[in-house]
Amino acid sequence: MAKSIDVSDLNIYYGDFLAVENVNMTVTARSVTALIGPSGCGKSTFLRTLNRMHEVIPGARVQGKVLVDGQSLYDPQVDPVEVRRMVGMVFQRPNPFPTMSIYENVLAGLRLNNKRLSKSDADTVVERSLQGANLWNEVKERLNKPGMSLSGGQQQRLCIARAIAVEPQVLLMDEPCSALDPISTSAVEDLIHELKEQYTIVIVTHNMQQAARVSEDTAFFNLSAAGKPGRLVEMNPTKKIFSVPDEEATEAYISGRFG
Amino acid sequence: MTDLDTAPHTAVALRGGHLPRYAPAIAGIVAIAAGALIGITVHWNLAGIAILAALLYIVGLTIWSRLVENARRATDRLVTALVWVALSLAFIPLFSLLYETVSKGAGAINGKFLTWTMRNVIDAPGGIYHAIVGTLLITLAATVIAVPVGLLSAIYLVEYGGPSRLARWIRFLVDVMTGIPSIVAGLFAYALFSLIIGPGTQFGIGGGVALSLLMIPIVVRSTEEMLKLVPHDLREASYALGVPKWKTIVKVVLPTAMAGIITGVTLAIARVIGETAPLLIICGSTDSLNTNLFHGQMASLPVFIYTSYTQAGANPEILQNMAWGAALVLIVIVMVLNILARVAGRFFAPKTGH
Repeated sequence: MAKSIDVSDLNIYYGDFLAVENVNMTVTARSVTALIGPSGCGKSTFLRTLNRMHEVIPGARVQGKVLVDGQSLYDPQVDPVEVRRMVGMVFQRPNPFPTMSIYENVLAGLRLNNKRLSKSDADTVVERSLQGANLWNEVKERLNKPGMSLSGGQQQRLCIARAIAVEPQVLLMDEPCSALDPISTSAVEDLIHELKEQYTIVIVTHNMQQAARVSEDTAFFNLSAAGKPGRLVEMNPTKKIFSVPDEEATEAYISGRFG
Repeated sequence: MTDLDTAPHTAVALRGGHLPRYAPAIAGIVAIAAGALIGITVHWNLAGIAILAALLYIVGLTIWSRLVENARRATDRLVTALVWVALSLAFIPLFSLLYETVSKGAGAINGKFLTWTMRNVIDAPGGIYHAIVGTLLITLAATVIAVPVGLLSAIYLVEYGGPSRLARWIRFLVDVMTGIPSIVAGLFAYALFSLIIGPGTQFGIGGGVALSLLMIPIVVRSTEEMLKLVPHDLREASYALGVPKWKTIVKVVLPTAMAGIITGVTLAIARVIGETAPLLIICGSTDSLNTNLFHGQMASLPVFIYTSYTQAGANPEILQNMAWGAALVLIVIVMVLNILARVAGRFFAPKTGH
């Protein structure tokens, strides 16, 4: 089910401004790939091009190719809505739908896409997704409570449950733990470990230890100067990046010496 | 004093004089008493006494605070006192209006008043059933026209138009529409239906059209503000689940903003339900019940109040009493609508579970 991603010669623009330049990358299926780098270097922008979410921002466009298992995401015939059903996303801040209960939040992706579900099927999806997100035991007694009644960490896991309920093939995570305390972070990281059995995961993180803990491969993004486009400096297995990186800039960033 | 001399110079005094917690109340009572005393001795009326008392309250409390406390607290007391005086000023006409309407109108209200019309009633108290029905029907028609137009315009402005030139023009024109005098809206509807149907056409739906012209800008502006308050995160969350944009708007954005939208619509209704001028032109007035919006003149509460006062006939007492009763009924209708909107708003509001 999980798919690999091939990115070649990707340039990302906001209007006339070139934000990310010339990215070539291969993400292997059923693994976790971490994107690290300083703020503003285009990690999140790049991540959002992997399910065409950047198009939500007016003026954003791309040049180049993104292939998910050989299918190009940017063919003129491709419908971005279909792409997003295949490539799910979890955001920096937990964003459950405030008008919906926990139960409805998990089913939102299916219900809003007109899937007709019998009550028992719906119950199965909810239980499986919440168990997948390590949240089932905490909320099974109060599925009809509003999603906003949960704590921040629980809300984030609810959002992950909501994302995996539509059974995407790739899961993108944009700093999923930056708004969470260490205990919730650890819960989400455990979850990432389990999810990679089934999904291809790409995660943006500012936390180097987190990248080291959860990922197989790590990509380091940087920008040469303020106002210049961000670019991919180096991509290697995580172990190599954190011990003997190819590039001096990577070594400097990881060890805390910048510039 | 010796204590102060021995205290280290660097220490900042954290303690100082304090007025008692009920100081504003004392100042208020003293100011009113002093104002009344002075006012009565020099034969001022109630308004003069009230202004004097307010001035005494503001000045007295500030000086008292300045003497006992410090400059910052005195300023604080001064501004607080100004705010309270402004609030009371705003409440005086409101309470006076409510009191006047209730005291003069309550006597007129009885079973017959609410269920009879004025058909064939001469020189005797009749009923305002025809005007109540007319007002409700015309306002309903206006709401049915204005809400879809206003709601969809606001959705265009927030979700699709954005900063485009067209959206900017629409926003500008909506703002201009807000300032249209209601009688112009009435004349517009009258002219419109005179052209379409025939000169001098007067009927209920025309009033609905005229009132909807006044409602649309309010609905557009309030809905636009509410939609803007919906966090962008929620839209992104929905898109990321592969939900198309229109469905995101219908199922995520609108429900999240629903409580505010309902409040805005209710305010718009309350704004137009008491309009007299346009209805006078396009709906006319009648003494009989007319439930057909599309044919014949239609009575409404504001027009009934107006005609009862201006054309009170041989025995003005009777019709003027009825006008006050009708005014009270109109206020009650607006109040009930507001309460309903609050209940609905609470029902639709995003749930936090607390």
